[in-house]
Amino acid sequence: MSDASINASTVRAKSHADEASFGDFFALLKPRVMSLVVFTALVGLLAAPVPVHPFVGFCAILFIAIGGGASGALNMWWDADIDRVMKRTKKRPIPAGKVDEGEALAIGLALSGLSVIMLGLATNWFAGAFLAFTIFFYVVIYTMWLKRSTPQNIVIGGAAGAFPPVIGWVAATGSMSLEPWLMFALTFMWTPPHFWALALFMRSDYDDAGVPMLTVTHGRRATRRHILVYTALLAALAVGTAFSGIGGSIYLTVAVVLNALFLRGAWQIARRTEDDAEADDFKVERSFFKLSLLYLFLHFGAILVEALLKPYGLGGWS
Amino acid sequence: MSLRKTHELHQRRFSRNLGVGLTLAAFIVIIFGLTVVKVSGTDFSLATQEVQN
Repeated sequence: MSDASINASTVRAKSHADEASFGDFFALLKPRVMSLVVFTALVGLLAAPVPVHPFVGFCAILFIAIGGGASGALNMWWDADIDRVMKRTKKRPIPAGKVDEGEALAIGLALSGLSVIMLGLATNWFAGAFLAFTIFFYVVIYTMWLKRSTPQNIVIGGAAGAFPPVIGWVAATGSMSLEPWLMFALTFMWTPPHFWALALFMRSDYDDAGVPMLTVTHGRRATRRHILVYTALLAALAVGTAFSGIGGSIYLTVAVVLNALFLRGAWQIARRTEDDAEADDFKVERSFFKLSLLYLFLHFGAILVEALLKPYGLGGWS
Repeated sequence: MSLRKTHELHQRRFSRNLGVGLTLAAFIVIIFGLTVVKVSGTDFSLATQEVQN
């Protein structure tokens, strides 16, 4: 056997092993992030005081999810270089060698256009335009600009993840009011403590990739204080939302309990030294991060329950 | 005439081809469903107008 044939067979074997499956292309859409988008957009849609045909509602959520997934693919295309460095993202389809960067770009652009047009056709063009702006904000403002240039990347970039309930509301009503912006603010204020807690215990990842997270630029002490301040502001907002059109006694109960727990966690994080954290392998930071996931899910869940009970004379303050 | 043996490439890319096929089929169903709802359904749009009024 010649050297050329050995090399050719080696190359073929490698390319076969690395060939992308349908699941690899689906992974480009960040399914876990998409599940948050689906849930919050659904709550926005159902909390709106306008009935939507179930099939139109399903399509609206689907296209919002596809738009969110498309921006995830474009994010992976742009961030392929740092994804190769970070332990958390090394197995994503592009760094793993399954999907080419060009393929991710093509899929991201195609699905962005498709989702915006289809959402506009299925519901209204205000919602379609809002989805287009959200994709633009996440890809251009956050991924291309802020993420690598400012430690406030998470704060401002969090807006992109906070838009889905507003899009859901607009898809149902075709107009805007205070309530969807309260849901926006809830997610917006939740994002920094959530990601900063992650940055505290995944520290080498962001350092290695050169992403200017607050932990890198202002130090870990400052990050701990920032988590506490943002959590206090979030708690005031979350409890205050109970007295708006989307709140009620169920939501208030959930908000009081969860925010008490969240504030306690943030207080513990702020008081801990690095030695304390190293000693128990960031136990408090890890549990705060897990609680943050439950926090958002249960707040939106409570808004959903209030909305679903309203037709039966329950829910809300009436 | 016998059927041709499936090429190795087809077996290797079966999951991808199946996924794309099912996705396209689902898209057709969605377009059809939306068309039916938009053309025939007036209940929800009337209810919307009532709320807005």
